[in-house]
Amino acid sequence: MTAIICSLDEALAPIADGCVLAVPRESSGAAMAATRALIRRGINRLHLIALPTSSLQADLLIGAGCIETLETSAVSLGEFGPAPCFTSAILSGTVRMLDTTCPALHAQFQAAEKGVPFMPLRGLIGSDVLAQRRDWRVIDNPFGKDDPIVLLPALSPDVGLFHAPMADHSGNVFVGTQRELITMAHAARKTVVTVETIHDGDLLRDPTLVAGTLPGFYVEAVAVEPRGAWPLSLPDHYAIDAAHMSEYARLAAAPEGFADYLQRYVYERRAA
Amino acid sequence: MYAMSVGAASPIPATAALLARERGGGRPYVSLLGSRAHTFFTDGARELFDCAGQGRVDVFFLSGGQIDGAGNINLVSIGDYARPKARFPGSFGSAYLYYVVPKVILFRVEHSRRTLVPKVDFVSAPGGSADHVFRPGGPIALVTSLCLFAFDRQHRRFRLQSVHPGHSVDEVIENTGFAFDQPAYIPVTPAPSTETLRLMRSRVAPMLAEVYPQFAQSVFGATACAR
Repeated sequence: MTAIICSLDEALAPIADGCVLAVPRESSGAAMAATRALIRRGINRLHLIALPTSSLQADLLIGAGCIETLETSAVSLGEFGPAPCFTSAILSGTVRMLDTTCPALHAQFQAAEKGVPFMPLRGLIGSDVLAQRRDWRVIDNPFGKDDPIVLLPALSPDVGLFHAPMADHSGNVFVGTQRELITMAHAARKTVVTVETIHDGDLLRDPTLVAGTLPGFYVEAVAVEPRGAWPLSLPDHYAIDAAHMSEYARLAAAPEGFADYLQRYVYERRAA
Repeated sequence: MYAMSVGAASPIPATAALLARERGGGRPYVSLLGSRAHTFFTDGARELFDCAGQGRVDVFFLSGGQIDGAGNINLVSIGDYARPKARFPGSFGSAYLYYVVPKVILFRVEHSRRTLVPKVDFVSAPGGSADHVFRPGGPIALVTSLCLFAFDRQHRRFRLQSVHPGHSVDEVIENTGFAFDQPAYIPVTPAPSTETLRLMRSRVAPMLAEVYPQFAQSVFGATACAR
């Protein structure tokens, strides 16, 4: 057995060109240092699933040409405005977009974690979100009468990738209340995690921490990346870097500015 | 237990929900998406949707790049979906929450014929559904910078409820792209009381700064504090 705790580049090895990669929403621990490393490696043709939304992470990957298909319910920079690379990629048709709605993605991951082929979900009927999705079905509730309901196929991404406060030496990862990360790991074939720090105890033996812990059983690799969610936030640890997000929004509004951003903050490995 | 939940990019609804909780002495339960300090959820990002699916979330807020007179909202794109002229962030949870939350309050600051249209180009979520479709939820109102509309679910139409101070019914008609009902008497929206303003400025604004630092700073000049 190889060591579960390894360097960032080693940890990211399972994320291959063309794979289906799942990442969490912008406020749940986005692995931004890892994302910059993937861009430096020149990853491409990704099918990115942002569970259920994304901000800078999806925008950077789109702008750097890493994404072929994007499956999510929204991409924006929140208070910092529209996501410029996402917007221009959709308008120019350079990324295949699978528009969805937040609970649909959660339900599809929950189907995968249960090992069942689909999950029903309320809502959606009569929307263009449903009309655009040929992979979804409407059936009549077999336990009801004249009660149409949408079925969504299970989603098992090749790799789930997120950033968390800490892991122990066995690769157990503390995620706290960001429990959709646990569902993501249950659903994904492999899970790669970056953490702020290594915890010296055994998270599974600590009664106050174990309920918020993803067992190492599901984890392929862990890399230590202090401030690994920067410039996004890590709940309970640090807030979003507002000045940096404003700078990104300003630069990425034009292709030259985005190239300048990539050079300064991704290729030259500059961090806060 | 009464619960109000606030989604993404919703600083004005967040202000309203926190204000309601301040006035109610800690109730209703309030959950702001993206907040650690102001949420009652512990089961991750999916709990809001599971909770709402059971009917446990009473109030939610939605907006739209376009909103039409039947209460349909568009959070996706303008023009043909395959070749859009403009793109918005996406539907978020609207294609579900609009159906299952009993009181959805629509908000759109920009009141113009560009935003309030006869028919949306993309239906992120419809204002109403066929009788046999499970639909306990839907819109009850639309708040803009000019006025408050109430929504009549049976006829799927808006009715002008009140016009904000300093604006007129003609101005509302002039800037609204859809037809709506106009009662004979349309009152002026009451301005907030001194006590309401005090609560917003002293109590609510610092709480907002956790999730909406820019909004809290620009509107109230407030920075983050603990609850």
